[in-house]
Amino acid sequence: MLALCVTVHLVTIVYAVRGGLTAAEIFARTRGSVGWLAFYSIFVLAAAVHAPIGLRPVLGEWLKWRGRSREVFVLLFGGLLAWLGMRAVLAVFT
Amino acid sequence: MKVSVWRGDASGSLQTFEVPRFPSQTVLDVVTHIQRHLDPTLAYRYACRVGMCGSCAMTVNGAPRWTCRTHVDRVARNEALEVRPLRNLPVIRDLVTDMRTFFDKWERAGGHFDGAATKSDDFARIAPDSAERKSIDAGIECIGCGVCYAACDVVKWNPDYLGPAALNRAWTLVADSRDRSGERLRAIAGDAGCHACHTHMSCTERCPKHISPTASIAGLKRAVAKAEIEGKL
Repeated sequence: MLALCVTVHLVTIVYAVRGGLTAAEIFARTRGSVGWLAFYSIFVLAAAVHAPIGLRPVLGEWLKWRGRSREVFVLLFGGLLAWLGMRAVLAVFT
Repeated sequence: MKVSVWRGDASGSLQTFEVPRFPSQTVLDVVTHIQRHLDPTLAYRYACRVGMCGSCAMTVNGAPRWTCRTHVDRVARNEALEVRPLRNLPVIRDLVTDMRTFFDKWERAGGHFDGAATKSDDFARIAPDSAERKSIDAGIECIGCGVCYAACDVVKWNPDYLGPAALNRAWTLVADSRDRSGERLRAIAGDAGCHACHTHMSCTERCPKHISPTASIAGLKRAVAKAEIEGKL
């Protein structure tokens, strides 16, 4: 899922930025687009799920952090990513 | 040729010996020469000395290898060798490690066949070229030498991790339709199991029998995912 999202994102950005791009031009295309809103919402939520799952063993292996506190930390981290991401998505697409 | 050999336990140190150089010399020849002619107190393991038993596994110039199958020509750097015991295992003395954890993890991963048939049942019919059997055959020749376990960085970083050999063995049983896989997947899933593998493939790179524990572990990951989706875990 994430591989698909990243690919679509990169191709779109590279294509859109040909010949320069201003913030106003970006917002003219994105604001009010339900399709892209949906796409980027899924992207943000997928990343917010994936990143904590990956960070968890890294914390265990490098900081020797195990147990409940680690689970709480990665969950909060995922929540933070989801919040920051959706804030950005809503700002760009609505 | 200068050979540095680990002496003592974990708090030991390297001791250097001057060893005569011969053509077609193996690292095991070198270690044996030291013990027989220079220092009889050197402790090390070997048995078959022809690359079948896996007893002589040690760390040679940083890499875990079978010393009987390692030609000095291939690994010596500036005519110098460094021989240490296998990594990730407690050192008993010099080049001898305590392999109990390795085998305990093999047990914990469910490393023994558990069949449902009795002697009054007919033979199981498994085609040798079936996907199941080819996958099992690729991993079945493991002799438990510990080289993959020593090579694995995840074993180093996560003391609970069952390790490549135990999981490889578990895969040969999970994939076997004659085996009752019921409890197996629960034993090898989770933080200490197949999901801790980061696919570094050090195990596959170093296995003297050219087994790929990484591929077996990938099979376990798929099996666990499938069972999870089907609600069988």
